[in-house]
Amino acid sequence: MRNNRSTEDIAMGIRRRVFEHSMRNNGGYLSQACSAAEQLAFLYNEALNLGEPVLPAVPRPFAGVPSASNPDYVTGAGYNGPFEPQFDRLFIAPAHYALVAYATLIETGRMDAEGLEMFNKDGSSVEMIGAEHSPGMEVHNGTLGIGLSTGAGLAWGRKRRGDTGQVCVFMSDGEVQEGQTWEAVQAAAHHGIDNLWALMDVNDQQCDGAMSSVMEVRDIAAKFRAFGAVCVEIDAHDLGALRQAKAEPHEGQPLIILARSSPTQGMSFLQKRFPRLHYVRFKSNEERAEMNVSIAAELGIAPIELEAH
Amino acid sequence: MVEMVNRPYASAFEAFAVKNPDVLCLSADLTSSCEIDGFRDRHPDQFLSLGMAEQNMMSFAGGLGLAGYRPFLHSFGVFLYRRPYDQLMASVAYPRRKVRLMGFLPGITTPGGMTHQAIEDIAVMRSIPNMSILETGDATEVESICEAADSIDGPVYCRVLRGSVPRLFDSPIKVGEMRELALGEDVLVVTSGIATEEALRARDALSKAGVAVRHLHIHTIKPFNEQALLDHIGSVRTGVVVLENHLITGGVGSLVAEIMADNGVGKPLVRLGLNDTYAHGGSKPYLMKHYGLDAGALVRGIERVMGISTGIDDEALATARIDAVHSLVKAEAL
Repeated sequence: MRNNRSTEDIAMGIRRRVFEHSMRNNGGYLSQACSAAEQLAFLYNEALNLGEPVLPAVPRPFAGVPSASNPDYVTGAGYNGPFEPQFDRLFIAPAHYALVAYATLIETGRMDAEGLEMFNKDGSSVEMIGAEHSPGMEVHNGTLGIGLSTGAGLAWGRKRRGDTGQVCVFMSDGEVQEGQTWEAVQAAAHHGIDNLWALMDVNDQQCDGAMSSVMEVRDIAAKFRAFGAVCVEIDAHDLGALRQAKAEPHEGQPLIILARSSPTQGMSFLQKRFPRLHYVRFKSNEERAEMNVSIAAELGIAPIELEAH
Repeated sequence: MVEMVNRPYASAFEAFAVKNPDVLCLSADLTSSCEIDGFRDRHPDQFLSLGMAEQNMMSFAGGLGLAGYRPFLHSFGVFLYRRPYDQLMASVAYPRRKVRLMGFLPGITTPGGMTHQAIEDIAVMRSIPNMSILETGDATEVESICEAADSIDGPVYCRVLRGSVPRLFDSPIKVGEMRELALGEDVLVVTSGIATEEALRARDALSKAGVAVRHLHIHTIKPFNEQALLDHIGSVRTGVVVLENHLITGGVGSLVAEIMADNGVGKPLVRLGLNDTYAHGGSKPYLMKHYGLDAGALVRGIERVMGISTGIDDEALATARIDAVHSLVKAEAL
């Protein structure tokens, strides 16, 4: 499935949509839209071979967790297309990027804009932290560090079955603090799992603030290479560089693309909030109004109409 | 005397796996310790070495499940849930992947001490939604554990015996059922795993002392046939004694207690097992005696429930003959 819009246009649409949503809902995961807009736009609009969605454009309400007594349970993976051997599979490992991922589904025509109205509403499947049943999600990744291992297992299994589709894991750099990430890379390298690739949003941010202040992770590219991956580092906001990185040969090894990003890209006003950017809440109505005018101008749209408080 | 079977899992797993191409054998650096070294050597294409990295192995297995495989994870029981508990929850249990956790060295069946002894595994697994639990008590059950586990639509944790294992039964595990080993009407004895052999050790002495025991062996801990247990409790005059190779909290004893309480059964219950304590390293017979998991402890438990003294001493139990239990239950015997 290919969208007629340019990837640049979709990235801008993601930022605008997440901004509008955050303005209306008194806060949100704004910095993740800033850092990851090009990456998610690139994945859905260019890099991944995905089929047409097989789930309704307006997401169904939450329909229960997996259990023996819930035979109709499905994950949200159907928004990424059907499970067929030739199609790629995508895991969004940092599940708190869900808002950005949902915006991407809308911008690429896989979900109706109405879906975002259900975000974080009781009884909705469009959850704040993406769950298995949330649009575009296939597994639970809210516990950080498990995504790459799952991707490696699926990729090994698909390779054994002769599937041509690849497995892509969208990751966040905070996950390199988890030991499991390194276990996953060494296993993928040991078993030559080369139908696996990861795109990591390296924004140097985590919940407590700048990563360097929370836990220094040093040269992660060198670490990934030492653990057996092919690793390239690029500017996350340079689509040409993303395309080139994806084309990097990695026979017999997983590919990990470190996309060095700015957590305020496209919304410069957020620099005032540095380094506490994980979840942006407004400190006052004045700040909200000021942010609304400033960021809207940078995104080339009119300020969002806010209901009176 | 009872037959001893050497490494029943090794041949049983191999025979099962070669018939099922979507079964994969995963190991975390305990391949010979889990008796799958021969399988690794003869079937390398169906074997995956994942190293000492159980967290990755658990999520990796979840991914294999997504690809339609049924991975059998081999390690010591403790290593399948303590360190990778988060991964077990998110990557295996929640999505109901058909992952088969083959946990070796259950309870005190290892001299490895606290780090190697899975003494709370059943408590942990019982509390996990979607999880099933099987436990082997003899060679026949070990030989049938792969087929039984793989028949379950969802994840399953199995307590597997290794090495030289006695053959007590002549029929395979039937998931969801329990074995009725004696149908006496004085007291109900419920055992699982290696505790069943201990109960059989006490059978003659109790019979001679005039105690008619009703004895159930539990290989399927979850799901559990509640009504069958209630019927057996209703059939005995006094009460219930549970003996298990596990902490008395959260295991089979707790399961029985919950069922009795939920159904208002007002009979006495004695739960035997590790009582709010870790064990240390030592031989199986030493640990079973030291921590009150042996035939002697069971006899004392029966005496408590019945309010009697049988006069059975450890010497009588030490020399007791254990015979295989055949399908036909002799009502008068334990």
